[in-house]
Amino acid sequence: MTSPTPAPMSQANKAGLTKNEYRGLNSTLCPGCGHNSIANQIISACYELDIVPENVMKFSGIGCSSKSPAYFLNRSFGFNGLHGRMASLATGAIFADTSLKAIGVSGDGDTASIGMGGFKHTVRRNVPLVYIVENNGVYGLTKGQFSATAEVGLNLKHQGINQYMPVDICMEALVANATFVARSFAGDSKQVKELIKAAMSHHGVAVLDIISPCVTFNNQDNAFHSYTWSKDHEAPLHEISYVPKFSEIILQEEFEEGTVREVTMHDGSLVKLKKLEHDYDPTSRWHALKMLEEAQHDDCLVTGLIYIETGRPALTDMYNLVDSPLNRLTEPDLRPARQTLANINAMMF
Amino acid sequence: MVIKKIINDFSITIATVNGSGSQTANVTLLRALFKMGVPISGKNLFPSNIQGQPTWYTIRLSKDGYIARRDEQEVVVSMNPASFVKDLASVSPGGAFFYADDIKAPIERNDISIYPMPTKTLARNSDVSPNLRDYIANMVYVGVLVQMLGITMVTIQQALTFHFKGKEGPINSNLGVIRAGAEWAAQNLKKSDPFSVENLDNTEGLIMSDGNTAGALGAIYGGIQFAAWYPITPATSLSESLNVYLPQLRKTPEGKQTYAVLQAEDEIAAIGMAVGAGWAGLRSMTSTSGPGISLMAEYAGLAHFSEVPVVIWDVQRIGPSTGLPTRTAQGDLTEIYFLGHGDKQNVILLPGSVQECFEFGWKAFDLAERLQTPVFVLSDLDLGMNQWMTKPFDYPEVPMDRGKILWEADLEKLNGVWGRYKDVDGDGIPYRTVVGNRHHAAAYFTRGTGHDKNAKYSEEAGNWEANMLRLKHKYDTAHLLVPEPIIEEPTGAKVGLLTYGSSEAAVREARVMLKQAEGPKTDFLRMRALPCTKEVIDFVKKHERIYIVEANRDGQMRQILSATIPDQAPKLRSAAHSDGLPLTARWVKETILDQEEKI
Repeated sequence: MTSPTPAPMSQANKAGLTKNEYRGLNSTLCPGCGHNSIANQIISACYELDIVPENVMKFSGIGCSSKSPAYFLNRSFGFNGLHGRMASLATGAIFADTSLKAIGVSGDGDTASIGMGGFKHTVRRNVPLVYIVENNGVYGLTKGQFSATAEVGLNLKHQGINQYMPVDICMEALVANATFVARSFAGDSKQVKELIKAAMSHHGVAVLDIISPCVTFNNQDNAFHSYTWSKDHEAPLHEISYVPKFSEIILQEEFEEGTVREVTMHDGSLVKLKKLEHDYDPTSRWHALKMLEEAQHDDCLVTGLIYIETGRPALTDMYNLVDSPLNRLTEPDLRPARQTLANINAMMF
Repeated sequence: MVIKKIINDFSITIATVNGSGSQTANVTLLRALFKMGVPISGKNLFPSNIQGQPTWYTIRLSKDGYIARRDEQEVVVSMNPASFVKDLASVSPGGAFFYADDIKAPIERNDISIYPMPTKTLARNSDVSPNLRDYIANMVYVGVLVQMLGITMVTIQQALTFHFKGKEGPINSNLGVIRAGAEWAAQNLKKSDPFSVENLDNTEGLIMSDGNTAGALGAIYGGIQFAAWYPITPATSLSESLNVYLPQLRKTPEGKQTYAVLQAEDEIAAIGMAVGAGWAGLRSMTSTSGPGISLMAEYAGLAHFSEVPVVIWDVQRIGPSTGLPTRTAQGDLTEIYFLGHGDKQNVILLPGSVQECFEFGWKAFDLAERLQTPVFVLSDLDLGMNQWMTKPFDYPEVPMDRGKILWEADLEKLNGVWGRYKDVDGDGIPYRTVVGNRHHAAAYFTRGTGHDKNAKYSEEAGNWEANMLRLKHKYDTAHLLVPEPIIEEPTGAKVGLLTYGSSEAAVREARVMLKQAEGPKTDFLRMRALPCTKEVIDFVKKHERIYIVEANRDGQMRQILSATIPDQAPKLRSAAHSDGLPLTARWVKETILDQEEKI
């Protein structure tokens, strides 16, 4: 069923796969769309993490963003569901085989408007899901209406000027007790990739709000979700690098003492956060909220790992499930013995 | 005057205050009568309220085994000042009226027997703690009825033991009050009504349960693996029963679960989770009522089109909108038949008894996985929430049907060549793979947008139409797989009575009443599923007139059958009625006689 698109040969990774085997179909999104570069970083991250594509499930809702799971990991199962309802689909599916990784791709319309309720509940349940929001502040497929993340004062052709306060997806995630919250910018591909890697290693919900400019409808230089504005206003919290478990790579750079924070992920991998201008503690929700509030006030796009909490159980941990995948169980596992029904009947008065 | 005794053939209605604990008293009576071998049916007519509003419980005793609702109320117990006047007026002439004597109201009826009961005094004199007295006061009327109707104390004790799961404390304190009530009645009341209960053996081999418990148990024996749900009357107890019985029946010896149940944030999420789980290869279900079905429409449509197995229970209440949330109806049929936008009909199972709720509980998964489609089970409040006597649950005698699913070894044999939406076998049902299948050709991309036979995105007109025609063909296959109707046609009658679901009880009794009234001879058919099978069509063709009896306003099954067999439509007559209550046999009989007279 698969037909990988031609791409340059690359070296096989530890899973024995070339990067080509992580690709999807050719994108049908607009050339230059931020979503395409995010799809490419998902491909790179999975390739570099030696993930077997068959061990990944992809989910999406509706919108430009939600088309993109077709553009990466052709050898993974995918389900393009309903507008705003990606997360519920993923929540049901993860119970089938808890050894699989789930990646959900959503947009700002999909998550911050129609799917806001589902988003918050997915976060509070700590569903083991990499939840990527490709955030461009605008509805693309319906040709340029304001989304809920559009800034006050944004002027769009045919729409006029936005009057309403924007939804901050990272803030919403934090308030809903998310265990992993990050923000990035599609133009900062290295950071996007490292954050995706960290998110893939996170045990629980990992919310990545990635500003992903819409080159067709919302890329004016002064618009918050444009390439120009984001580049000019990006303020990384730290320089993030992901170190896989058992990695023999010796970091090229020598860090001065006290300049790097390390976060040990659930699977033993490390996330290294190199201090930039200010020290930032991503394990404090209070600091995270304060930082987001200040960023909004100062008109800057703060990027990086905003918050992480590694200790909390993921949704599937809250069920004492059998070791083998539920979807491999057969009749003897699933249908109680005949005698038990005789007992039930006897109990029914 | 010698009164002719009326034994085991009357109705008792008990009027109480919602939330006062009367439910325990009422089911104790119901169960005791059942244990005496008297066929019974109990119906709780309760308000949408937690505490304080009037509520009624009706027990019908029928030596002949009729279990439909009756309008007549020969014995009425009034414990609620707010409904006293109405309750007094509701007693059938010649009936008996018991009331709590602290209710001070004029009683102006001389055609019935009237019995005051010192419920408060006796409750106060009991040894239970003061905060339980209001609850236990209800047991006084149980005791009075025990004495006045001849209900045996042994069966009362059995009922209490069951209800309180053998806990001696509550059993004894309730029993004490019941005894006190009975003793008081023996000393102070002189029986002047004809109603009494005697031991019978007409409930041998039957059990008592409600449809929601039965549906949950059926699902468990059907191997349910995932359920997501959102609370809604009258479906809530179905999912709650999963939570009661799954831990008992479906844990491994090590205590691990082979299932997961999740309370979602709304019905939209519940169905989304259920569809996700069904897509991923789990036996997956959700349960709701009409308002929830409306919210589930979009995902149900996607599941139909993307061919995802999932089971959706609708325990119907009366609508539209919030409607009467605690009253029953069969009003969601057409909504569900066409649920979701675009061309489609859905597969619907129509249980007519508690036992069948169990049977369809497991069968729905076999059908959903075989047909790769949502399967709806339409129960209703009357069937789902009331206690019914029923045949014991039958263990499934057929192996589970997991449908056309390809695992690694299957794909190996096919050299990885397959197409998700190809009709390989000519039955319209394609093959599917599920997540976790590590074969390199296993994965496909599921979508609600147009797709070709290989699940590739396609806006080609030809691909779209071919896929839709295959789905139609798949529905033709469903005709061959769904449960066949129950037919009784002993008479070669010209008139056929066609019904479904919980309306069966009233129709069966109405047939006998029609015979007694020298009305038309009738044949009988109860549909158990949609699509409508060949047997249904043959039955319709064989008769001159078909009365379709159902508890809704518009005659929804008649609408569907008229569209399915338009050449037969002129002979399809509607006997449809909806006021929130289960149909009565008398209404069915009179409606049919009325229409027959006009011919």
